[in-house]
Parts: sequence; structure tokens; C-alpha cells
Amino acid sequence: MKVLMFGWEFPPHISGGLGTACYGLIQGMNVHKQEVIFVVPKLWGDEEPVADFVNASGVTVDYRERRFKKLWKNLTYLEVNSYLVPYLGPKAFKKFTDYAIHDRTDVDESIFSTNYQFSGKYGKNLMEEVSRYALVGAQIARDRTDFDIIHAHDWLAYPAGIAAKEISGKPLVVHVHATEYDRSGESVNFPVFEIERAGMHAADHVVAVSQLTKNICVRKYGIPPEKVTVLHNAVLDASIITSSYQKKVPEKIVTFLGRITYQKGPEYFVEAAKKVIERDPNVRFVMAGSGDLLNKMVDRVAELRMGTKFHFTGFLKGDDVDHMYAISDVYVMPSVSEPFGIAPLEAVRHNTPVIISKQSGVAEVLNNAIKIDFWDVDAMADAIFGLLHYPSIARMFTELGADELKKLKWEHVAAKLVTVYDKILAQRA
Amino acid sequence: MRTVCFYFQVHQPYRLKPYRFFDIGEDHYYWNDYLNRNVIQKVAQKCYLPMNSLLLELIQRYQGRFKVAFSISGTFLDQMEAYAPDVLESFQRLVATGHVELLNETYSHSLAALKSKDEFFALVHKHQDRIKALFNGYSPKVFRNTELIYSDDIGAMVAELGYQGMLTEGAKHVLGWKSPNYVYSNAKNPNLKVLLKNFRLSDDIAFRFGDKTWGDYPLTTDKFVNWLNALPKEEPVVNLFMDYETFGEHQWAETGIFDFMRHLPEAIFSQSNFSFSTPSEVVAALSPVSSIHVPTPISWADEERDLTAWLGNDMQDEAFDRLYELEKKIRKIKDPELLRDWEYLQTSDHFYYICTKFFSDGSVHEYFSPYDTPYDAFINYMNVLSDFILRVEAASKK
Repeated sequence: MKVLMFGWEFPPHISGGLGTACYGLIQGMNVHKQEVIFVVPKLWGDEEPVADFVNASGVTVDYRERRFKKLWKNLTYLEVNSYLVPYLGPKAFKKFTDYAIHDRTDVDESIFSTNYQFSGKYGKNLMEEVSRYALVGAQIARDRTDFDIIHAHDWLAYPAGIAAKEISGKPLVVHVHATEYDRSGESVNFPVFEIERAGMHAADHVVAVSQLTKNICVRKYGIPPEKVTVLHNAVLDASIITSSYQKKVPEKIVTFLGRITYQKGPEYFVEAAKKVIERDPNVRFVMAGSGDLLNKMVDRVAELRMGTKFHFTGFLKGDDVDHMYAISDVYVMPSVSEPFGIAPLEAVRHNTPVIISKQSGVAEVLNNAIKIDFWDVDAMADAIFGLLHYPSIARMFTELGADELKKLKWEHVAAKLVTVYDKILAQRA
Repeated sequence: MRTVCFYFQVHQPYRLKPYRFFDIGEDHYYWNDYLNRNVIQKVAQKCYLPMNSLLLELIQRYQGRFKVAFSISGTFLDQMEAYAPDVLESFQRLVATGHVELLNETYSHSLAALKSKDEFFALVHKHQDRIKALFNGYSPKVFRNTELIYSDDIGAMVAELGYQGMLTEGAKHVLGWKSPNYVYSNAKNPNLKVLLKNFRLSDDIAFRFGDKTWGDYPLTTDKFVNWLNALPKEEPVVNLFMDYETFGEHQWAETGIFDFMRHLPEAIFSQSNFSFSTPSEVVAALSPVSSIHVPTPISWADEERDLTAWLGNDMQDEAFDRLYELEKKIRKIKDPELLRDWEYLQTSDHFYYICTKFFSDGSVHEYFSPYDTPYDAFINYMNVLSDFILRVEAASKK
């Protein structure tokens, strides 16, 4: 079988978990000898050659093709209605839209020109790029006939998947790694929601990264439950990392590591920290990462008078991330809504016991972790205190967690995906 | 007697280096030597050296009829010794003329007066010692507190230290209908005379001099002398208090600020009956017209002339409280490096960087801050303070 896949990013050029998940999935597919044509907006040349890569920036769109004009009409609707990027807070979004509205005039011609350079980022021309990416999808679907099924990862690639399906008539699978409800809570960006909804409805089948995400697809997007299959993410490398990096402070360290945004629930971590420090002053809390809620968190920490025990590191990369996991005694992911959440698994690899919110997909696969409701700061504080003071639980978690990790393999995910493909193709035949 | 009293504040803080969470417990050196040296040397070229030489020239030309006063913070003295000995020499030459007065302040430009009498006294004594050592046994008679912060209580403490006079802001909300151009006395201890900054005339030079949108731009010596002459005849003293960096740094040389100062003495001597005096001369010559009541502290900062530039938001208060919680333990420690860090960490600038008052429109605060935002300033300070606390605790267990 040959799959035409549309993604948005690919390692090593990634800004989130999407690229890593695509990479893992392709690795898994290769184990089962499934061929993948993988399209990304921009290829950098240093990607590992695990698939038949197509660089969307290098695809020439034949603007004389009549069917493309029809596609384009539908896409223009998105174009003029949306000025947005994911992961922006209200303030940053306001600034961004002010800029974008004044800045865009010649969208039509530039997109429909024969050559278009994608940035492949999440920048101010995101919607323009998504639309153009759809045209590229249509072109590829016309040029290449050697694929059996189309697979689009997240909303940025849905229009491309839809276009490819319309041109080729081949079945479409959309893969939901996150939804607008996860990113923005109830204050969704309507144009993004619309693309997600259209993608899920146009698809022959929907793959969700967790039961949690499946429920959102069903409840918020009106997709029949039998049309959605849950495929949990896996880890690329389940080996335990032993670091020689040493902690420099005598206290135990409790860590939050992630984007400091609404979705990740940083405020609940801060409140829980206060409760723990009141009972046990020999703990330090670290909030590692950056995001639009950072300053608010700094303010709150000062207000709670725990600035000498609660630290901010800013955005961490490279070795610093590993060091941070290595010196942490407890890792907390209090996400408000997390479709999957790979970070706790990284913590497990560092033998760090984890506390995760029940509102995260990873909670469905990781048994050896403490699970709490993100809003229940008392339970979170109890869990932190317990893991710090009763070493037997922590020891058990690290021993059993490592075993659990080994079961989370991408080849298992790929095997399940292949059965999904088979079922769809069988239904068609 | 009608007289003009110039006092210039000379201060630079020891700025912190970017200090990361990972450094806590490991790296015990907090100071940004590179930045601090650069600032001192840059400002030396633009301000300290040219202005010192201009003042020396004026003092010699008028044979002592022109005179000024300086308050030089201990953190500045230390950095001068380390990074700009030529600047130190030029200050020593000025003081040696006998027509330049030095004032005392807290050694590390600290806000201790608001928190701890013991610490305040300790820092004043340390400043006295430093001045004595560097300026040939010099012993100041008049006191200026950090950022001209003053209250009845602080004045009483200063009187207890034996000073005859103290400088502060002629804050409108304290003066009401009264004029800053008289000598007042402390409300608790009438022995301490209080000199008030004439903020209008001071700020005409310090803030507005080069402002082309100002209605009175350009400020000439003639205009300035006219304003002095226009003051009621019975008002004896005009206190012109400002940062020394006004000359060449806040107001660039291109604005003509040096020429203004070069010609101001001549204009005053020839067109008015004003003389120049130092604070101790004013204190000796004039009797207080009344006491001045300042129940809550005032300063010379911002429109509000209060403490909100340094204290008041949660981040500032937390940093400040956490620092001074250590005082008792510090008293028992003899480690010179810990003491140095304790003193440098008290410098008011660290708290000024955490001010969020002007966060949105970013004005004068931003100009003086090495940080992008007050949040960055807070995080960095707290990381350093966290390490410092660990050291203090370790040392006090010994």
C-alpha cells in the first residue's frame, strides 16, 4: 500500500509535537513495509530519508486546470475570513490581526502564481500558506497516481487532503493531533474550527490521538463515533536516560515544562506550589518554558511571596531540557486540555515520577503516574507532597513506568493504522 | 543672602549578570562585570571626565565663589576604583580645591532607611569610612538619603547620626502653599535642617533642557537668571539638585548643556545678586522658617514623588522582604564576600528595574534598565537571591 501524507513540519525543523509524531508514524510504517509519500510545505534538505518526500515549495501549480479554479473559490472564503496563527493569546492575537488586516492586499495573485515559497512556519501568512498548500495537494494528486489513500495531519493539512481527495477520488483519513478546543478552550477561532470540521466531515475516516480527542470530535464536531478510531501516540526511543548532570541545590525540585499558555494549565501548578511550600519549605518549583501567560505567572508567584522558591527558566532547548528533567524529583503536567502530551513520557525516560491531568490523552496510556483533575490544586499538592516524601511510590513509578514505556511503540501504532486503511479500502471495493 | 545651591548625585549600581535557575547553588558570582565596566567607562567619557574638568575650571576661574556639592555612592566609588581610576582622581582634585563639598549617604545606595535602623546606620558608617579613606580624611556634615527619600522618622535617624542638615525633594503634596526656597527643620528633631529641592528649576536643567517641544526651549543662561530674579526677594536659597549624569549623558553635549553650565556662573554674578553655596554653608547660615511634616516617605522620583518606583508592586515587595529577612543572620557572619553581596543586593536600582508603573509606555524606567521587562528583572533578581539565601544559611550554620 502507498499512502500520500500531508504534514506541516518534519524533524529536525519542528516547533511542536506534530512533526515528531509524523516522524514516529512513518518509522512505524516502514517496519510494516508501507510506502509513504510525505508532503511538507518546505523541505530543508537535512531530513532523514525515511519517506518519499515532496517539497510543496517546489511544486508548480498549473493554473490553467479548471478544477483548481473551483477549489480555489472555496479556499478564498477561508482566506479573507481568517487572520490567525495557533498558540497566540488574546493580546498577541490582537496585535497580529491589526497587522495582518492592514497588510494583505494581493493575496489572490501571489497564491495562484506558478511558484510559491512556503515558510513552513506558523507565521502571519499562515492562512495564505494553508490555501496554497491545498492547491499543491490538488496538483500532486493529479500528477501522481501511485497512491492508494490520503492521510492529512492536523488542520493545516486538511484543505490539502480534501483537495487531493476531490481531484483523485481516493479515500481520505484525517489525523487529529489537536483541536481548536484544546488550544483555545471555548473561545475558538472560528475559521480554524471550520477547517477542522470540514476536514473531519470530508474524511472517510478520522484518527484521533486519544479517547479524549475522539470525544471532542464527536461532541464538538458532530462526527459519528464509529467513524473515529483512537490511535495513541508512541515514543521513538523508550530507553532510560541516565544523566550525569547534578543538581546544585539541596532542595527537591518539582517541574513544569511546556508552553506557558492556557492549554497547559500553568496557573494550577502555581497554586499547588503554594500549598506544598506552606507544608514543606524544602522544595523548589521550576516553571520552564515561555508563553503568553508567563508574566501573569511571575506576578502571581510574587503575590504569593514565594519568589525564592519558585523559579522561571524561560524557554529551554537542547541539553538544558535534559538537565531539567534529570534534576527534577517530580514532573507535573496540569494541562487543561491535552490531546496526547508526550512530555510526561520524556520525564519517565529520566526516571522522574510524573503527575498528569486526567484531561490529557497520555493519561489513557500511562498507568504508573498520579492522575488528577487539572483544576484540583489540592489533589495536585497532595500528589506532589506524597511523591516527595514517600519514596516508595516514586520508586514504583520509575520502575514500572519504564516497562510501560517499552510498550508504546510506533510500529504498533502503524499496525493499527494499516488495519484502518484496509477497512476503508475494503468498504470502497 | 540669596544663594544657589548645586548638588549632584553620582551613582551607578552593580548590575546583575543574567543568572539562570541552573546557576543556583553553583555560581556565587552575581555581577555583570563587563556591562558595569562598560557603563562606567562610557559615562566617564561623556559626563564624568568632561564635567569634572569644566567644574575645576570654573572653581579656579572664580576662585571659590563658584562651588558645588556631590554625593557619591559607595557602589560608584568601588566601581571607579576598579574601572576608572582617572575619574576618581578627577573627583579627588575637585575636593582638594576646598570648594567642593561631599555628602554622606548609604554606602550601597540602599533603601535600608525604610526597613532597618541598624542596617541603615551600618551603611552610613561604611560610606563615611570610604569617603574618609578616598578623600584625605574628609568628613561630610550633611546627609542625603537614597533617591532623596525622606520622612520625619528618617530625618530623626539622620539627626541621631549627628548630621546638621539633610536634603530632600520639595514635593508639592508635602509643601502645599509653602516654598521650597527656605530652610526647614525636621518635625521630630528640630536640630536637623532640611533643604528642599526646587524641582521646577532643577528639572528645567535636568529633564527639559534639550526638549525641543518644551515651550521655553532653548534654555539660555539669561533666561535662567531671569527666572531666579523673578523669585520673591525674601526667598533666600534655590536648591538645584540633580543626577550628575544630566551633563553629557541624559542631556547630550550636543544640546549645549556644557556651554550652559560654563556660562551660568558669570550670568548669575553679573545679572543677579545670587551667590553660590554648598549645603553645609546654607545650613550654617540660615535658620529654619518652620518645621516640615512628612509622615509618609517622599522621594525625588516620578510625578508622584513617592516610593512606588521601588516598592509597592508584589514583585518589588517580595524581593525586598525576602532580602531583609536575612539581616539577623547576616549580622553574625563575618565573610567579606557575603557582606559585599548583601550590600550590593540592597542597591535601590534592582527594585527600580522591577517597577511596572511605566511598563506599557516604557519611558524613563526602561531607559535605565538592563532588562527587557520588569518580569525579567524580577526573575533574575530572585534567582540570585535564592542562591544568596543558600550561602547565608550555610554560613550561619558554621
